[in-house]
Amino acid sequence: MNIVVCVKQVPDTATERKLRSDDKTLDREAADGVINELDEYAVEEALTIKEAHGGEVTVLTMGPEKASESIRKALAMGADKAVHLSDEALHGSDALSTSYALAQVLKKIGFDIVLLGSESTDARTGMLAAMLSERLGVPQVTLANKVEIDGSSLKAQRLTDYGFDRVEASLPAVVSVVEKINEPRYPSFKGIMAAKKKPVEKLAVADAEIDAAKVGLAGASTEVVDFADAPPREKGQIVKDEGDGGVKVAEFLASKKFI
Amino acid sequence: MGVDRELPTSEAYDLLELTRDLVAAELAPRAAADEEAGRFPREVFRTLGRAGLLGLPYPEEFGGGGQPYEVYLQVVEELAAGWLAVGLGVSVHTLACFPVAAYSSDEQRRRLLPDLIGGELLGAYCLSEPHSGSDAAALSTKAYLDAGAYTINGTKAWITHGGHADFYTLFARTAPDKGRGVSCFHVPADTRGVRAAPPEKKMGLRSSPTAQLHFDDVRVPEGDRIGVEGQGLPIALSALDGGRLGIAACAVGVAQAALDTAVAYARERRQFGQRVADFQGMRFMLADMATGVAAARALYLTAARRRDAGRPYGAQAAMAKLFATDTAMRVATDAVQVLGGYGYVSDFPAERFMREAKVLQIVEGTNQIQRMVIGRHLTDPR
Repeated sequence: MNIVVCVKQVPDTATERKLRSDDKTLDREAADGVINELDEYAVEEALTIKEAHGGEVTVLTMGPEKASESIRKALAMGADKAVHLSDEALHGSDALSTSYALAQVLKKIGFDIVLLGSESTDARTGMLAAMLSERLGVPQVTLANKVEIDGSSLKAQRLTDYGFDRVEASLPAVVSVVEKINEPRYPSFKGIMAAKKKPVEKLAVADAEIDAAKVGLAGASTEVVDFADAPPREKGQIVKDEGDGGVKVAEFLASKKFI
Repeated sequence: MGVDRELPTSEAYDLLELTRDLVAAELAPRAAADEEAGRFPREVFRTLGRAGLLGLPYPEEFGGGGQPYEVYLQVVEELAAGWLAVGLGVSVHTLACFPVAAYSSDEQRRRLLPDLIGGELLGAYCLSEPHSGSDAAALSTKAYLDAGAYTINGTKAWITHGGHADFYTLFARTAPDKGRGVSCFHVPADTRGVRAAPPEKKMGLRSSPTAQLHFDDVRVPEGDRIGVEGQGLPIALSALDGGRLGIAACAVGVAQAALDTAVAYARERRQFGQRVADFQGMRFMLADMATGVAAARALYLTAARRRDAGRPYGAQAAMAKLFATDTAMRVATDAVQVLGGYGYVSDFPAERFMREAKVLQIVEGTNQIQRMVIGRHLTDPR
């Protein structure tokens, strides 16, 4: 089983996250980079599948040099090798062009199953799984909280607003996972040391036959026109109970459309 | 925040980062409630074991981490800062593995060590007895060799992990000579005749079980004696040199946690229109606490580096244990004072740190014993 996990490095949600004023992209210098939390669940699921069915787990990342830290984390958890797509030309890619670039790499390296977190904590578009499956011409199973591999097909539970759907898909397929699917393992100290010796293949856009005009800021089909800091939190409103406190609280909640 | 450390290798930085992640995710959320309930977190030790933290100073060829004491002890310090029961538990487990790692035959090492340090098993160290504490050579648990196996009878006391450990490193008398009549044994916990008494009810460190252990006609194969007959006491004492450094690291962890709690509170709490941290009296107190913590850390690291370099370190280990645990007691007491009334109630961790600090002045040789060890090195050097 050739298992590929897409992993994204994102700014640590515990730190202040900013956009750059010049080109309105993420300011990667301003925050510590960490592996996108949901992608850790995807890595865990990949390792679980490998342990049950054999095969190899490849980590795939698109991002600047610094993203190699997130690759190392996934390798320390137990993934076998990594592919790092890194090129200045990719800077500023939106979801659509990112899916194009990753799909080109996936076509090149091949896969039986592609796993990824259902969304990233920075952009939060949650669209990549669908875009990848469309570009690769394979089934998409999104928001999975349970995956079972059965020969050349998979069975999964998809989380929905009303419970879950049971779905089946033939392999190869693209699967995005939610945090209910498993409990990601800690890398072991030995895993951390072993990760340093595992192969990481560096690819530039030309290596994956990616058309540089279709990626980066210029190739993006969406544009960040403007942005502003989140407004500072307003001072709380104190309701004095003069016999009508309950009504006032209810009116407040109604005005905010909570009730 | 985190302590800014000087570590010898890049892998050591990774190891400390892994430790801090484990403390934040696995220890911190449950330490207070489990201490309150006196619950032993066995599964936390399994998590640490799988992460490779239960065999750090032992050779990689047997499954250990191959780390110098300088690095291993700083891991213990970080764990103890999160939860003393866990930091001290790792130190005790490491102590229990030491005789097999350092004094057993090649055959025993190959047979026993990979499991002991592999992460799934937890060890305990059985030296003290109800009537033999500081005077370890007075122990009376007896072992008779007969038909290829020893029969062991006696009671051990103050055994950390007693009743929960998977194996016991046991010291018992094989001959009447006080100092030269003790031998060391490896005893799996499921051996017939090993029975733990109900755990002691302690002032603090409640999540770490401490119990008497009864050995009634316990049969141990001759092949599970560690070292030669009569070598037990030297083995026990050399193990304790390392164990004392573990306790010193634990003490620095508790002191650091108490300091962090005090500083955070002093920066937040406002009285008379300003932060209490802005009062010079408060600031001097915090400065003295921080200086003590830094000095204690430097002292145990000095001893550890001597050990790593293969030089004698017994006196330095005793000094580190003495100074670090007395410092922890003072810093934790001051932290309670900084928090005032909030320091005395269990909604804040300061009172827990104070109760935890006290036990460290007593275990692995009371601080009076440490002074005797240091004094002996001064006046009667070998």
